[in-house]
Amino acid sequence: MTELAIKKKQRPKNLDLKTIRLPLPGKVSILHRVSGVGLFLCLPLILALFQWSLSDGGFECVQAVVANPIGKLVLLGLIWAYLHHFCAGIRFLLLDWHIGIDLPSARKSAGLVLIVSLTLTAVIGGTLLW
Amino acid sequence: MKRNVVGAHYGLTTWIAQRATAVLMAIYTVIFLVAVLVVQPGTADAWRGIFANGFMKFVTFLFFLSLFYHAWIGIRDLWMDYIKPTGVRLSLHVLTIAVLIGYAGWASKILWSL
Repeated sequence: MTELAIKKKQRPKNLDLKTIRLPLPGKVSILHRVSGVGLFLCLPLILALFQWSLSDGGFECVQAVVANPIGKLVLLGLIWAYLHHFCAGIRFLLLDWHIGIDLPSARKSAGLVLIVSLTLTAVIGGTLLW
Repeated sequence: MKRNVVGAHYGLTTWIAQRATAVLMAIYTVIFLVAVLVVQPGTADAWRGIFANGFMKFVTFLFFLSLFYHAWIGIRDLWMDYIKPTGVRLSLHVLTIAVLIGYAGWASKILWSL
């Protein structure tokens, strides 16, 4: 028991964030978490904008926010975060169903999530914001 | 490997809830995008009209509730992963729940003010 504990302690371990090289599925996974936290932190902003857009005379103000380059950039970031979280989430659901769990497919689907979410951001963001 | 799930099953319920709320939100996302494409809301009245509709009001509120429940599970996981001192972690759990319940009240006020 003690021998096992000592052996366990001596296993090589690297938790240095600067030297860790994540494989593609790992990058998609951490981006899923980052985008989720970002969306959570922006919930008051999103709710306030939604309320504002529906209030008297507020719709035109929100249109002005959308027309503003900084407003546009923030909203585009939120749309990307939503769509990345969406696409990566669907990938995780498929993995839950044991679809595409072998390494080559998992790598391929991770790359696909990055490409599809960026493309959708361009299409949906472009349609809604421009 | 076959494993029996034992205990109070809280973990499994949460795991299912995270996925069920995700699916509900995904379906709503499609409904919302279709509504925007059909209505092409260029005016305040058209935009308001989307959510004043009884069906849209109901599913939009369902979306918000799913979102807040989903966010609770995700943020809870985050605190469990990174915050080791029990007191701090549990305080953050309580704070997260309080904030999300507040958002749910806010969302219902926005929708039913229409």
